[in-house]
Amino acid sequence: MHTYEPPIFELSGAGKIGAWLPETGVPETALPADLLRTDDLAGLPELSETEVVRHFTRISQRNFCIDTGMYPLGSCTMKYNPKIHEDAARMPGFAFIHPLQEDTSVQGALRLTYDLQALLAEISGFDQVCLQPAAGAQGEFAGILVFRAYHLDRGDDQRDEVLCPNSAHGTNPATAAMVGFKVVEIATDPRGNVDLADLRAKVGPRTAGLMLTNPNTLGLFDENVHEVAAIVHDAGGLMYGDGANFNAILGIVRPGDVGFDFMHYNLHKTFTTPHGGGGPGCGAVGCKTFLAPYLPGPIVVENDDQYSSFTPEKSIGRLKTFKGNFGMFVRAYTYIRMLGAAGLREISENAVLNANYLRVKLHDLYPVAYDRTCMHEVVLQGKLKGAPDIHTLDIAKRLIDFGFHPPTVYFPISVAESIMIEPTETESKRNLDAFIAAMRQIAREAVESPELLHNAPTTAPVRRLDEVGAARKPILKYDRAAINGLRGDKATTDDQLEQPTY
Amino acid sequence: MSHYISITERDRTEMLKAIGVESVDRLFDVVPAEVRFPTLNLPAPLSEAEMARELRRLSAANADVLTNSCFLGAGAYNHFIPAAVDSILRRSEFYTAYTPYQPEIAQGTLQSIFEYQSLMAALLQMDAANASHYDGATALAEGAIMALTATRNRRKIVVAPSVHPQYRAVLRAYTQGLGVTIVGDEDPNTSVEEIAALVDDKTACFIAQSPDFLGTLHDLKPVADKVHAAGALFIMATNPIALGLFQTPGQVGADIAVAEGQPLGIPLSYGGPYLGIFSCTEKLLRKMPGRLVGATTDLNGELGYVLTLQTREQHIRREKATSNICTNQGLMALAATVYTSLLGKTGLRKVAEICYQRAHYAAAEISKLAGFEVVTNGPFFHEFVVRCPRPVTEIAMALEFASIIGGYDLAQDYPHLGHAMLVCVTEMNTKEDIDRLVAALKG
Repeated sequence: MHTYEPPIFELSGAGKIGAWLPETGVPETALPADLLRTDDLAGLPELSETEVVRHFTRISQRNFCIDTGMYPLGSCTMKYNPKIHEDAARMPGFAFIHPLQEDTSVQGALRLTYDLQALLAEISGFDQVCLQPAAGAQGEFAGILVFRAYHLDRGDDQRDEVLCPNSAHGTNPATAAMVGFKVVEIATDPRGNVDLADLRAKVGPRTAGLMLTNPNTLGLFDENVHEVAAIVHDAGGLMYGDGANFNAILGIVRPGDVGFDFMHYNLHKTFTTPHGGGGPGCGAVGCKTFLAPYLPGPIVVENDDQYSSFTPEKSIGRLKTFKGNFGMFVRAYTYIRMLGAAGLREISENAVLNANYLRVKLHDLYPVAYDRTCMHEVVLQGKLKGAPDIHTLDIAKRLIDFGFHPPTVYFPISVAESIMIEPTETESKRNLDAFIAAMRQIAREAVESPELLHNAPTTAPVRRLDEVGAARKPILKYDRAAINGLRGDKATTDDQLEQPTY
Repeated sequence: MSHYISITERDRTEMLKAIGVESVDRLFDVVPAEVRFPTLNLPAPLSEAEMARELRRLSAANADVLTNSCFLGAGAYNHFIPAAVDSILRRSEFYTAYTPYQPEIAQGTLQSIFEYQSLMAALLQMDAANASHYDGATALAEGAIMALTATRNRRKIVVAPSVHPQYRAVLRAYTQGLGVTIVGDEDPNTSVEEIAALVDDKTACFIAQSPDFLGTLHDLKPVADKVHAAGALFIMATNPIALGLFQTPGQVGADIAVAEGQPLGIPLSYGGPYLGIFSCTEKLLRKMPGRLVGATTDLNGELGYVLTLQTREQHIRREKATSNICTNQGLMALAATVYTSLLGKTGLRKVAEICYQRAHYAAAEISKLAGFEVVTNGPFFHEFVVRCPRPVTEIAMALEFASIIGGYDLAQDYPHLGHAMLVCVTEMNTKEDIDRLVAALKG
């Protein structure tokens, strides 16, 4: 099927409108002539509702998504997004309330927020939760700002370093730098844990804290987590828990019980608020009592069954307008309330079961960076015997032809040719077996007919794209000449446009 | 077993056998025994029907803007959202996908972001817009950080007191560890022009908002010129709906322009998820935070889209990245894209006109009331300040009886204005609603 859809600007026609608006209906006031826009909104298109809906429906069909198939993007937890969540977030008392209404007029929303704070605290073993951060990276930012505020408040102003294992997500070092800290990288030991000797060598009076993802991005639970925490704490540092991989340990272990002082939750991963093509998310944070006075605000508190907002006394301040991505709170709350404690544990059990099943079914062909029982994801390497010219990228692209979204590739950066697979608990054994069969066939093809991999994908809406060209001469917005330049003999002619002068 | 899980007992047995462990519990032997398998004290699970009932109960405990008339703005605006917007947002193809790392199977998301960037650049008249930030306030804070990087040794930020108080709070929170000085907003009575005079050769950027927090429209062109003369960058915060009629950031010469995108087809949702619109000049492009989508071609010469200029970003550059942002507000950017496409050139102007005219009508009617005074001077958009004869909290209660959500109480942020209420009017407030508000205020 030919699925090309032109940029929406090429569908524009003078005088069309896609919304039915009321008349002004009041006596007119003159507009201030010297403050007006002067370009007649040049560059904005004119289309009917029909055309707009058809355009976006057509381009949507050029997407792969969870509802069409397995999406084992490591560290992103692409699990099924329950449909009730979407109905819930759109209820009138949730979607159509203003963030600055009096607390007395939004008691239901405040109650839900308060309850979600408490549920997350219980699941993770922390004392206080704040839901304001909009994404994991902002949760990290909150945490490292809190660490800074805590140390400074104690007069401990020499701590200017944050430690990050080399397997950490890029957001960890980027966050520490954004707060103003120097980043110190810690090595990984031969079993995939934090290298204790390297940690001991680098920790000290300048250490503000360590940012640790556990299970880490190698899919492994750190075997020495207690000891890591003890080393950092003994040096006066704090333990930050990156909750990106929390899906592996719900009801299995609470981060607050293994030495973490602070963590963020990715509601869009673990608690399945939809990823939305890049967001929105929610990077709620939780901490131990001694750090609670520094949390961002507002937080919701309860007194005699009345709910209200509260900002802690030594708060690092506000990280976002209002209280956070409330629509995500509704979805995560719904998820936790429908699963309960046993349901949550079942999630992690199946997530870990599925990942280990993939590991043992593939490790004979694809080297496993650290071949021991993994948690919710497994990191393979795209180094196939007898296929020296095949890279992880080729394997990933060939998976598309088999109907799968490729795993995360080339991350973690500490593993060469990494392929990071997170099947999640919502995949069936039938799908896992199909994925395994595809991976095994790709390994055969890599030796017997490598061109199939080099040319892949061939069944997607487009072939491999010229990313180098895109970066060399960036075209970041619609410009007819630039787009026509790219399209060559397929360029649109004036006759094909309703508004050729566009 | 939960209805989201597709593994049967039999599957599990086979899988465990393949893995070589006798039970699922054994997969977690690595977890220290004394903390393994804690008892979580959570409420008993609810069936879907029970859950739906519980949610309806919680939802019903809130006063919504559908059944009440809302005159509250102050950074979040009650606008009409065509049904087509949510119809597109509810397509699984969009909302159950993630960041388009594999462009061959994410052309829908990538093309929609490319169109979003194009629409926002056109609306703001800026050279380039990125794929989104968390909200208007974080876009502003990231803009200030970008200005610090771009101007190198300048560590002062000048901000007008008429910039949204929460935006200024976020700006301070974001920059608290960076050794910068933020000045200009100490005295709320100072004008934008007076504040601009604080810009010197140590200043990285000057931040102003139009329409400002109190709704006032400013001519920022002369201010921008002054800022540029001092070698600093000019950051303008604005409202996308106002741009249907009024001066754009590009027109006045802003280097960086940000806005809260919520008014573009995104429901109020008690404050989020919203949309941070971020744009800048061509010159600053490579210092920009956030994701960017660019047009390119595939092996067959077909037009396609990819994430581009990624060497600015955290997953490549780690601690040297321009920002730590990863997950953004993708689906909200799609809402703004669909909304802006539906309204188009004519609709955007018309919505702005209705808001402007009805707000001015409301101001004129309220100013006729004894004891009430409209203190906003000069042209305004969306909202205006009303000085009231009694504390706003008392008035709000009276309005509540009339099913009216009143304006924002300025007592916390601008106490110098006395009993002052920031009244917001959009196309959702009919003439009848406004007349009812006036009658209710009269008491």
